[in-house]
Amino acid sequence: MIRRLETDVVVLGAGPAGLAAACSAMEAGARVVVVEREERTGGILKQCIHDGFGLLRYGRQLSGPEYALRDADRFGSLGGRAMLEAFVTSASRLEAGGFELACVDRGGAFLLRSAALVLATGCRERTDRQVFVHGDRPAGVFTAGLAQYMINVQGLLPGRRAVILGSGDIGLIMARRMTLEGMEVIGAYEAKPEPSGLSRNLRQCLDDYGIPLALSSTVTAVHGGRRVEGVTTARVDGAMRPIPGTERDLSCDTLVLSVGLIPENELAKSLGVPLDPRTRGPRVDQNMHTLVDGVFACGNAVHVNDLADYVSESGERAGSSAAAYALAGPGSPSRVRRLSPLSAGPGCLYVVPQLLDLAALADVARADDVCLYFRSSSTMASGAVARLAAGDAPGAGGATLLERRYRALRPPEMERIKAPAGSLAVGPARPAEPGPGASLIVEPIEPEDR
Amino acid sequence: MSERKELTCIECPRGCRLTVEVDGGRATVSGNACPKGAVWGAQEAVAPMRTLTTTVAVEGSARKRLPVRSDGTIPLARLLDAMEAIDPVVVRPPVRRGDVVASDLLGLGVDLVATDDLLGEDR
Ligand SMILES: Cc1cc2nc3c(=O)[nH]c(=O)nc-3n(C[C@H](O)[C@H](O)[C@H](O)COP(=O)(O)OP(=O)(O)OC[C@H]3O[C@@H](n4cnc5c(N)ncnc54)[C@H](O)[C@@H]3O)c2cc1C
Repeated sequence: MIRRLETDVVVLGAGPAGLAAACSAMEAGARVVVVEREERTGGILKQCIHDGFGLLRYGRQLSGPEYALRDADRFGSLGGRAMLEAFVTSASRLEAGGFELACVDRGGAFLLRSAALVLATGCRERTDRQVFVHGDRPAGVFTAGLAQYMINVQGLLPGRRAVILGSGDIGLIMARRMTLEGMEVIGAYEAKPEPSGLSRNLRQCLDDYGIPLALSSTVTAVHGGRRVEGVTTARVDGAMRPIPGTERDLSCDTLVLSVGLIPENELAKSLGVPLDPRTRGPRVDQNMHTLVDGVFACGNAVHVNDLADYVSESGERAGSSAAAYALAGPGSPSRVRRLSPLSAGPGCLYVVPQLLDLAALADVARADDVCLYFRSSSTMASGAVARLAAGDAPGAGGATLLERRYRALRPPEMERIKAPAGSLAVGPARPAEPGPGASLIVEPIEPEDR
Repeated sequence: MSERKELTCIECPRGCRLTVEVDGGRATVSGNACPKGAVWGAQEAVAPMRTLTTTVAVEGSARKRLPVRSDGTIPLARLLDAMEAIDPVVVRPPVRRGDVVASDLLGLGVDLVATDDLLGEDR
């Protein structure tokens, strides 16, 4: 007989997002089952042995494993247990409400039913197939995350002499890691005119070791039979096309790709959860509730965060909201949402949440501060203003609901605004109703107007 | 003789651009958004220090490596020497986070401590 389990909230993924969601749902009184495909909790943090996590959440610099242990301790002290080495093979919505997941673990197949579902499946790395490098496909081409897993978990060196394509944070971290492990890192090549990693990582991972970073440059071909023997690099023009005559051949046995991350959302898609083409994750409201009632999402599954601290924060919110949803039961008036779009206006690459639930904002008992996460669409080095305007017509017109000034904004550095519910609330408390929605507009401050 | 250095602070993800004026033995830092930046910039301008994070070999467990960190900063210029000193270190379970796995790295007065638990039941 197939095993059947029933619970209030199922959390998929036991990284920092999933564990925070599970803990906050348990603290809100819900029964929770966590499903994780790996043999230990912690998600990607298990392989991120460097420090720099937890400054916002814990006020100190922790390494990835230390951060993950704090999550695991809290989860354990609440009596939580994750189902490990468990895979979800399919997910469906039940007609009577709620969800059924078909899963497999070491004990065989089982069916898991719940009123609410939290997607905390993290992100995956783009590969060379997505960035398109010409040439042969010899061994020795790794994503930065795979190289990280090999060195930090398996204790294997990917090669001796490496070139890095891209300037994402994981690639920068790996440039340092490979150097410390005795490999030679020839350089990093970034097609964009600006680096995509954090400034501190450029400093402590490249500059500290004299590793050069070439901007507006890329790898155009990989050479070698069975194993990589070299790559061709070239400078690129404004449209990212290689400039003829700028090619250079470099000899190396390893090419590490650090060309970006994409939210992992196979399951969301199978449940019909609408995604945002800008973030490539589900569209969510301020409670991390997707457009499918009962499906919540958090962490890197929603948008690629640069700090685990924000991942945990979104997990907390998703978990407590999922618990409230599950415990309210079918037909409860608190389950009725009134969604209004929050769009990324000019100068804003994306904003999360993409929706505001006005019903929750207007309900004094539930209204909580709203966290807005956004990135600017270009570098605004001399300062910037982010303005939340009522109405989703770009540009002027709508009343300003909220304004924040920044010393500088760069697309790689995500910003967060904690907005008091009252500043966004509509109804009697505030007549300036966002009506057709609101949009976040980001404008540079020119040096002379500071 | 005063000297001026432009640095990117690594104390937090904000990555402030610091300007440090070193005059004799005294460093004056500007551009920092918090007090940590002032302390870091003054040190960085005269002798850069870093925390080392790496792994050590494991025996008696299905896990191959245990993550570790230096329990304090060490000179940037000594990181590769420290890696060499750590290379032969092998641990067996049980090890708990915070346990010292090698003491007084390179005689610098800084220990190497575990940053993860390695318990017997890990397959
Ligand atoms: C290779 C890599 C390196 C990174 N390095 C850093 C870094 O150094 N610093 C930093 O701040 N951020 C880093 N990040 C970003 C990092 O992902 C976040 O900081 C944070 O770990 C994200 O947490 P999460 O819980 O959303 O996802 P994850 O930590 O990725 O956790 C997702 C979990 O879901 C599980 N899962 C996925 N799909 C399923 C499924 N279908 N069924 C069951 N379980 C599933 C996974 O096994 C995993 O345990 C890195 C990301 C990657 C991909």
